[in-house]
Amino acid sequence: MRLNTLRRHFRESFKSLGRNGWMTFASISAVTVTLLLVGVFLVIMLNIQHITKQIERDVEIRVHVDLSATEADKDALRAKLEALSGVEKVTYSSKDEELQKLIESFGEDGKSFRLFEQDNPLSDVFIVKAKDPLDTEKIAKQIEPLPSVGKVKYGKGQIEKLFAATKTIRNVGLALIVGLLFTAMFLISNTIKITIFARRREIEIMRLVGATNGFIRWPFFLEGLWLGVFGAVVPIAIVLSAYSYVFDLLYPKLKDTFFQLLPFYPFAWQLAAVLVLLGACIGIWGSMMSVRRFLKV
Amino acid sequence: MIEMQDVYKTYPNGVIALNGISVRIKQGEFVYVVGPSGAGKSTFIKMMYREEKPTSGKIMINGVNLANIKDSKVPLLRRNIGIVFQDFKLLPKLTVYENVAFALEVIEESPKNIRKRVMEVLDLVRLKHKARFYPDELSGGEQQRVSIARSIVNNPSIVIADEPTGNLDPDTSWEIMDIFERINDRGTTIVMATHNREIVNTIRKRVIAIERGKIARDEVKGEYGYEA
Repeated sequence: MRLNTLRRHFRESFKSLGRNGWMTFASISAVTVTLLLVGVFLVIMLNIQHITKQIERDVEIRVHVDLSATEADKDALRAKLEALSGVEKVTYSSKDEELQKLIESFGEDGKSFRLFEQDNPLSDVFIVKAKDPLDTEKIAKQIEPLPSVGKVKYGKGQIEKLFAATKTIRNVGLALIVGLLFTAMFLISNTIKITIFARRREIEIMRLVGATNGFIRWPFFLEGLWLGVFGAVVPIAIVLSAYSYVFDLLYPKLKDTFFQLLPFYPFAWQLAAVLVLLGACIGIWGSMMSVRRFLKV
Repeated sequence: MIEMQDVYKTYPNGVIALNGISVRIKQGEFVYVVGPSGAGKSTFIKMMYREEKPTSGKIMINGVNLANIKDSKVPLLRRNIGIVFQDFKLLPKLTVYENVAFALEVIEESPKNIRKRVMEVLDLVRLKHKARFYPDELSGGEQQRVSIARSIVNNPSIVIADEPTGNLDPDTSWEIMDIFERINDRGTTIVMATHNREIVNTIRKRVIAIERGKIARDEVKGEYGYEA
């Protein structure tokens, strides 16, 4: 394409935005509201995901070794555990180490457990980690029938609940986002339809004198793009400043817990990019939807 | 060269507009298309710039069959055909110059060529001095001259006019005819649908009369032949 042509398309697209001032304003507002809500949902969802990832990472299967097991039995068991599919890592913790951890975890009160050092009632333990935390239950079921295995513990019930909850949140959030995006697309598509209507004479003449459909489409393509991109500016500013405020507020309180928020950078850039991209996509899609009907030969 | 072979056109609502038309128009000819309203004149004209597709039959323009070409090739076809309408179809927010230049801009002609060509055709229709005027500052005849200038600015081999004098008073109509004759003198084919009996009977050219979707007459230096 010639540079002149491109310049013409840019000029035309901006002219049209100005000429249809109120519709432009309405469309940009629609995108703004949509992206604001989408932005808020994204921040919440990504943080929940971040937190569940951390919790999931801590999910492990504790395989208690049967007390009668010999060293050879233990080695055999270890080999079998490592051979299971989906297992990421197997660590061994002897009963003495287990007791030590128990004593430490109770702090001052733990001293009373010292008595057991002479005659340790605990079992040796293999700690098994799944590659995908969601496979934890399946792997635990496979371990139970193995020889020399006493008890298998993996926080049954709680994990399933956690996973189910995060899944629900994810799906609801996604459904809301998709719904909002569609609303904005249709609003933009309507705006462009009006601007096309105002210019249908021009389009008619363009077609009569032999302008290609691509040429006719360009200004509307750009117009949709601007509506979407301009609509993303305010949501980005609001969502990011709100997030930075909340982050600074909560960070000191959450420092020592599982609940770590996503750090501000590079999250801020990613979020801004996603919102601009979404704005551009709904803008372009909306405008292309309405131009199509006017270009049928 | 325009050639139609057994062209039929039935609209989706069942109206039969063309009922077997075969005709051949050589390069450089001047042809009037006459006939009562609703006889198929407009459809016949629209076939030539592929605003309408035939239901069956062949329409060859400069060796290309319009019945077969893809929609995406239509713009290229139209760059070789100038079209003039009864209602001028000018853009009110553009000046005379810009209206004519528009036809070249949208086919991505270079700015240097645009300026040269636009001034040439404005000279041909004798409107060079009004290049900066807006359409609503011009008379009907002048507006039609602008639209003729626009139709020939990319040097088409064919100009198709659908009742170009329909909205104009007799004196102005003669001016417009004078311009069409001059364009024709340069070797451009002209196909003009008209209801103007006086013009057809005075400036004698080939006359194709269409009645009920068929060619009723085709005469060299013919007459209008209908009561006004």
